[in-house]
Amino acid sequence: MSKLTLATVWLDGCSGCHMSFLDLDERLLALAELVDIVYSPIVDRKDYPDHVDIALVEGAVASVDDEKKIHKIRAHTKTLVAMGDCAVAGNVPSMRNPIGPKAILDRAFIENTTSQPQIPCIVVPKLLPIVRPIHEFVKVDVFLPGCPPSADTFHAALTALVTGTPLDVPALTRFGA
Amino acid sequence: MSQTITIDPVTRLEGHGKITIHLNEQGQVSDAHFHVTQVRGFERFSEGRPFYEMPSLMARICGICPVSHLIASAKACEAIMSVRIPHAAAQLRRMLNLAQMVQSHALSFFHLSSPDLLLGLDSDPAKRHIFGVAAGYPELGRAGIGLRRFGQHIIELLGNKRIHPGWVVPGGVTEPLAPAKRDEILSLLPEAYANIQLALDAYKKTFASFRSEADVFANFPSLFLSLVHEDDSIELTDGTLKLIDAKGSVVEEGITAHRFTEVIGEAVEPYSYTKFAYYKPLGYPDGSYRVGPLARLNIVKSMGTPRAEKELAEFKQIADGPVQSSFYYHHARLVEILYGIEKIEQILSDPLILDKHVRATAGVNRLEGAGIAEAPRGTLMHNYKVDENGLIVWANLVIATGQNNNAMNRGVLQAARHYIKDGKFTEGILNRVEAVVRTFDPCLSCSSHAFGQMPLQITLMASTGEVLDTVTRS
Ligand code: SF4
Repeated sequence: MSKLTLATVWLDGCSGCHMSFLDLDERLLALAELVDIVYSPIVDRKDYPDHVDIALVEGAVASVDDEKKIHKIRAHTKTLVAMGDCAVAGNVPSMRNPIGPKAILDRAFIENTTSQPQIPCIVVPKLLPIVRPIHEFVKVDVFLPGCPPSADTFHAALTALVTGTPLDVPALTRFGA
Repeated sequence: MSQTITIDPVTRLEGHGKITIHLNEQGQVSDAHFHVTQVRGFERFSEGRPFYEMPSLMARICGICPVSHLIASAKACEAIMSVRIPHAAAQLRRMLNLAQMVQSHALSFFHLSSPDLLLGLDSDPAKRHIFGVAAGYPELGRAGIGLRRFGQHIIELLGNKRIHPGWVVPGGVTEPLAPAKRDEILSLLPEAYANIQLALDAYKKTFASFRSEADVFANFPSLFLSLVHEDDSIELTDGTLKLIDAKGSVVEEGITAHRFTEVIGEAVEPYSYTKFAYYKPLGYPDGSYRVGPLARLNIVKSMGTPRAEKELAEFKQIADGPVQSSFYYHHARLVEILYGIEKIEQILSDPLILDKHVRATAGVNRLEGAGIAEAPRGTLMHNYKVDENGLIVWANLVIATGQNNNAMNRGVLQAARHYIKDGKFTEGILNRVEAVVRTFDPCLSCSSHAFGQMPLQITLMASTGEVLDTVTRS
């Protein structure tokens, strides 16, 4: 049987969930024996593969790029895992929602600027008016809350997903953990 | 028939960015940009929050260097409270910052850049990752994972959580160090020393085959900025800022946090959500400077720990004056890991390290406060204004990646010009352009992070629609 494939993706999060995944430490090497990490910030593949068995997605959906990406991931992934509180519930990135993108951009690039004030618009993606969690865009198969979920949580969850055994999320982690 | 090459996303980077390379009608590189494509708005949405919430809120800017944000933010809050934190708290925070320096540098060197350095810039991209390194060089792969674990483990012992510990608060830390935890940290040291020695030896051995890259990886004169101790030794958590020029002469020194915005300004370019910091008297872009490990080792006169001191002496031999090529960020990073381990050992021998007084308390005694710390990738500044009730009315952050932004862009252009001729390029060439950015270890989470949905395929097309060249990266 060929190895299962794993992707890890960064949307609007702080990368802390990815760091917690890397906190598997030596267990990462054991994981790499069981699955092929085909797409991730730590590997060099540039496009999302046609078929991925498990995708861990960090962060909320905040820009037009994020939105396109989450649809593409859903279309090519068997088991989509919302990884961490930002992906699950919006968390810190959604704190900008009552303010809106214009005020955010004005503050960063016009008011708190001493030279060439302007709103960047070349290549950089437009912000969505409201930051929302992943499940408001696509179906999510597994919710793994925590800010971030611990490495032990990742270990238990991935072991269950890879071996097809039941996964008891509330026993592992909770919102804000 | 001008064209644009897009590298999207730049991989093996902390956060995602894009690179665009513009070719003129002759197929020569006319311009190149490094784009950071996300902005999050912490400066604005923190308004109205109580200032004492700021460290744990601001830590969520970045999961790679949350400790730097915790410390810079707590220091800004302490300026508002006008308190001096207890000695033991200062030492424990210093240790926390050093532990983060070790883990983050290990991540940058091993997980992100060692695939280029050990497997080769032209090696198979499908295997060019930490698992490929662990397969080809098992000892080094494990050393890298071990060094990252060392730093994270200490952060967990001190702060009870590896990422986003709530232990650093305005006024100090929430809990003193327990003797059992001190002993556990001490027991981790021998393995960490062995691992960094392996890495330094491997880097020095392999460097000989990267001389031509070192010549064009952001190799140009610039200003350098970092915190230093009052005796000009390295200082990551306290001290004042010093700015030197390309020849090593002092431009400014003794810059305290509250003077930071007097000397440092920020410019905006239309192609990036990360701003471009510059030294105000020289204006933008002439006042651009570099920060981070290379800047720190160029600026300091000593490390204050025996083994790192020897390494610094060797590093200073590389050039007559400041080392100019950003390739040497890798080298400087390894020296700082060694320093971090030694310094943690030194701090643990402080007779007051277990002292129970670890937190000062006060309310609002000043309406503005600023704090600076050295993050792994460079100087980080938080600046807050509050109202009488301690609610934030304004916040500004200057992050390391913004301070290296100009140099990263110049470096990408320099490498692209050198390697891309007549519109021709290979996967290995594009990987070199990306590798220039990797030397800086930019943390795009801190300002933003991009997210590439664009294809792996890079196509050079003439205006007639004729495909000139295609590179597929999968
Ligand atoms: S859930 Fe927490 S750790 Fe994960 S990306 Fe969001 S803020 Fe970072």
